[in-house]
Amino acid sequence: MSHRLLKDRAAGYLMFTLTISSLLLVVAMGIGLYMKAAPILHEHSLWELLSVSEWKPMKNQFGFFPFLMGTLWVSGLALLIAIPISLLMAIYLTEYSHSMVRRFVYPFLDILAGLPSVIYGVWGMLLIVPWVANIAAPWVGRNTTGYTVLAGGIVLGVMVIPLLVSLFIEIFSNVAHELREATFALGATRWQTTKHVVLRKTFPGMMAAIVLAASRVMGETIAVIMVCGNLAIAPGSLLDACYPIPALIANNYGEMLSMPLYESALMFAAFILFFVVLVFNLFSRLILKKIKE
Amino acid sequence: MFDFLHRNITSSKEKPFVVNNKFPRPENMRLTTHALSIYIGGNPILKHVNVDIPRNKITCIIGPSGCGKTTLLRTFNRLVDTIEGVNIEGVVMLGDRNIVTAGASELTEIRRAIGLVPQRPCPLPMSIYDNIAYGCRIHGISGRRKLDAIVEYYLRAVGLWDEVKDRLHTPANKLSGGQQQRLCLARSLAIEPSYLLADESTSALDPISSRTVEELFVQLKKDYSIVMVTHTLRQARRIADHIIFMYLGEVIEEGDADQVFNHPKHELTQRYLDGAFS
Repeated sequence: MSHRLLKDRAAGYLMFTLTISSLLLVVAMGIGLYMKAAPILHEHSLWELLSVSEWKPMKNQFGFFPFLMGTLWVSGLALLIAIPISLLMAIYLTEYSHSMVRRFVYPFLDILAGLPSVIYGVWGMLLIVPWVANIAAPWVGRNTTGYTVLAGGIVLGVMVIPLLVSLFIEIFSNVAHELREATFALGATRWQTTKHVVLRKTFPGMMAAIVLAASRVMGETIAVIMVCGNLAIAPGSLLDACYPIPALIANNYGEMLSMPLYESALMFAAFILFFVVLVFNLFSRLILKKIKE
Repeated sequence: MFDFLHRNITSSKEKPFVVNNKFPRPENMRLTTHALSIYIGGNPILKHVNVDIPRNKITCIIGPSGCGKTTLLRTFNRLVDTIEGVNIEGVVMLGDRNIVTAGASELTEIRRAIGLVPQRPCPLPMSIYDNIAYGCRIHGISGRRKLDAIVEYYLRAVGLWDEVKDRLHTPANKLSGGQQQRLCLARSLAIEPSYLLADESTSALDPISSRTVEELFVQLKKDYSIVMVTHTLRQARRIADHIIFMYLGEVIEEGDADQVFNHPKHELTQRYLDGAFS
């Protein structure tokens, strides 16, 4: 076999191996987390772990319900804030704005997307938390420290906006120019074109982008540790403190060794997160496939 | 071979009453340009163009690549606006309205009155039915029965009704290329334009579909004035009534098809027709 053919084949095998190993890594992580979590699953039933609200590791009570709810509340709020804003920004930038504006805004978006999350956390502590404590909460007649679901949702929402905007822009730019011209030629306004053609054409892509953003939001750790209050009680409103799963793991990893089952409990928390994100992704893929058909 | 076209157009029902009512089509409205020049990023694309598009005829714009044919066509419905750095000088009149200076609301009405059949078929991402109804809806026509009538009428007008009547609510991109192009034609017709612009509308189609669309244009000229950019001289010879020959952004010769093809006044036209350059 000639030298270059050999090289070609070797490169092919190498790339194939690397790709497969990254897939195996996901499976290995899942199995590893499960095995680490197995001890606590032997002591308590799955349903008990997920539905009980008591979190007292000293007394061997491990209820993950508050953390699960904390993650869902904060992530839900963050997406609720981020999706409409990102969508309108992306529509403006791709459909309405002059190219000068774009040339100016795109680098800023990239910078924002690249900022470390701890900076968003600091910004949240310095600005959003006091705003919630001094303005938002008194406005509805409540009294809080400001470290709440609301603060977490806002910080995470703002944090994920650059990512979502970039993804949306990418998706909208892929819509054929001819398609836009076809509807302009019928006398449609830009908004009509956007609403009936661009958004409709890109709906599956938009959903995929949202799922990606949701996964990112659910896994975010540092920013939520800094602004959510970290109280192991399931939040009942936006103005309650909460304790998302990533914050639980990161906060307690150092001290876990001294207590029986604590390590296993934290690994179980990680497993929940892993599982939720995985299922969320697979499920959305399934739905998208159905929509495309 | 194209008997079905005659049958469909002549035997189809009266035009849906609503359409005629909503969009008046003044018979004397003319499409003309006066000293039209276009610059893109400072480069002259059209130079001092004066043309007068005759009513109820097929006008073919011919000329070598890059001569400004498409730009001229896209100025008529101001699609040149989508190009950045474009600068239009001169006047394009539709009836008593200047297209060049039209504001946003006037522009949607002008584009309603000047339809476009694109180069490549591009159905909107919706059902066959909605592709036709879309234009009507955005111009404020609603009501199931009205739209049903409009959709049927125009699908018949392009000879597509019998082929798609059982799957009106399936996605339009499942149709074949030729069918898609006829759908695009029906979509433009459904909002009752006076003029139809066609930008090499048959170039992306197979020969049979291409002939079908071509025959449709011939059928349609009794109700519409058609302006067509074409690269194939043979097509122009087959269907054109009026010819605009362009070269390097200028109109070299304009006139009756018979005259331009058989007795061109300009030497450049003769050389182009002889295939000296293309």
